[in-house]
Amino acid sequence: MDEVKRMVTEYVTREYLEEGDDRVIKEDTPLITGGIVDSFSMVSLKRFLEKKYNIQIPDADATPQAFDSINNIADLVTRFTKGRV
Amino acid sequence: MAYSKETREWYENEISGIREAGLFKEERYIHSPQAAGIAVEFPVGAAPKQVINLCSNNYLGLSSHPDVVKAAHEGLDYRGYGMSSVRFICGTQDIHRQLENKLTEFLGTEDTLLFPSCMDANAGVFEAVLTEKDVMIADRLVHASIVDGMRLCKAMQDTYKHSDMAHLEEKLQEHQDKRVRMVITDGVFSMDGDLVKLDQIVALAEKYNAMVFVDESHASGFIGKTGRGTHEHCGVVGKIDIITTTLGKALGGASGGCVSGRKELVEMCRQRARPFLFSNTVAPVIVSGALKVMDLISQTTARRDKLEQNTICWRKLLTEAGFDIKEGESPIVPVMLYNARLAQDIARDLFAEGIYVVGFFFPVVPKGQARIRTQMSAAHETHHLDKAIAAFIKVGKKHDILGKGKKEIIAMYGQ
Ligand SMILES: Cc1ncc(COP(=O)(O)O)c(C=O)c1O
Repeated sequence: MDEVKRMVTEYVTREYLEEGDDRVIKEDTPLITGGIVDSFSMVSLKRFLEKKYNIQIPDADATPQAFDSINNIADLVTRFTKGRV
Repeated sequence: MAYSKETREWYENEISGIREAGLFKEERYIHSPQAAGIAVEFPVGAAPKQVINLCSNNYLGLSSHPDVVKAAHEGLDYRGYGMSSVRFICGTQDIHRQLENKLTEFLGTEDTLLFPSCMDANAGVFEAVLTEKDVMIADRLVHASIVDGMRLCKAMQDTYKHSDMAHLEEKLQEHQDKRVRMVITDGVFSMDGDLVKLDQIVALAEKYNAMVFVDESHASGFIGKTGRGTHEHCGVVGKIDIITTTLGKALGGASGGCVSGRKELVEMCRQRARPFLFSNTVAPVIVSGALKVMDLISQTTARRDKLEQNTICWRKLLTEAGFDIKEGESPIVPVMLYNARLAQDIARDLFAEGIYVVGFFFPVVPKGQARIRTQMSAAHETHHLDKAIAAFIKVGKKHDILGKGKKEIIAMYGQ
């Protein structure tokens, strides 16, 4: 779980923060409602998770709510990877 | 009753939510033709007030130009008022094709197709030319109409950080397995007024075998030495695969848009783009006016040169007065205020001083980036700019922001 959070935090920082943006992404930092990730650019995050963890996140589950913080994203990933070896 | 009490209440609630979030938009009624000076009724019911307009897209001052108005009158006389048909049934006149040819020549492309608006052009173009085997890679700050168009298209979507060429290159590498890669950008970004790095994008597109799409709505007619657009400015005329642009801003300002570019791609739009196929095109009267606009801007660069002079002058006046503006060379000059409330207060105070501007804040611009966006026009004369800067200084002093930068303004007003 912590490993997932670390990976996702690293990706979000690299993919969404502009150079010189000194905001720190914490586990509960609001990403979508906080204006760091907009729904337009959210698609690359979804694709990153699907590729990295070899999962399929159906559109119905890929809600702005589910992507709104590192914690929520880690929950989402765990839900889809659970039960797999 | 289908529209029940509960249904009505639900909508009333939604609307109050918009108001409470400070996002409620109100129209102001203008009692005069579009120009540098206009008569505005605001609030509703107030006597119209004469103000200087610093927020229109009338970049070349052609919206009410007598020659354009005269040409529109003639078009009305010779080709009638309406077509009562979509293009491919009986809605295409000779003048529609003439205008398309003039746009092709002006933009330096292979062919052009008119759309009811540029919103429609952007909404229809991607679905018409791309498939699920392709990928669209868009700048994160592209116009809302492009975002909508991408959503209607089956190709994979991706985005890159605003004008970040290294990030774009990474994305192009990542998507080498796709049939077509299309890089999608605005020519001039409407909120910041910055220009696309089109020469660099074209170089990357050549390196990674990608197509290039540019929305030139805030560039056509005045960016570049002869006003062709950002492709002229960046020295890449003929290398852009798709240009979309509007007749609703510099080019007469009435309405209409187009897709212009490689002839096969334009043909795909003629065959498949739904807003083209299923909606009436631009009315004859507007086509006639736009033909005159194309003549005027092809004959002389006097208007875009004057716009350039006005822009240089206005940027200098604001900077010398101590305002924090976004650097750049386009006639879109944002005055940064960072705080939404402050942007609204300053817009209101300026209106009282006879200057018409609008505050922009989240979600139109990113959080903490509230501003007043001013826009220059070739219709502005020195006396307009003198009066405008005097009002800006007076209001700037009142709010004590002159000579203050981002940190200081945020310290005083919050973000
Ligand atoms: C970049 C951009 N593209 C497209 C449009 C839409 O143009 P039109 O009014 O022709 O639909 C606008 C207008 O706001 C714009 O700024």
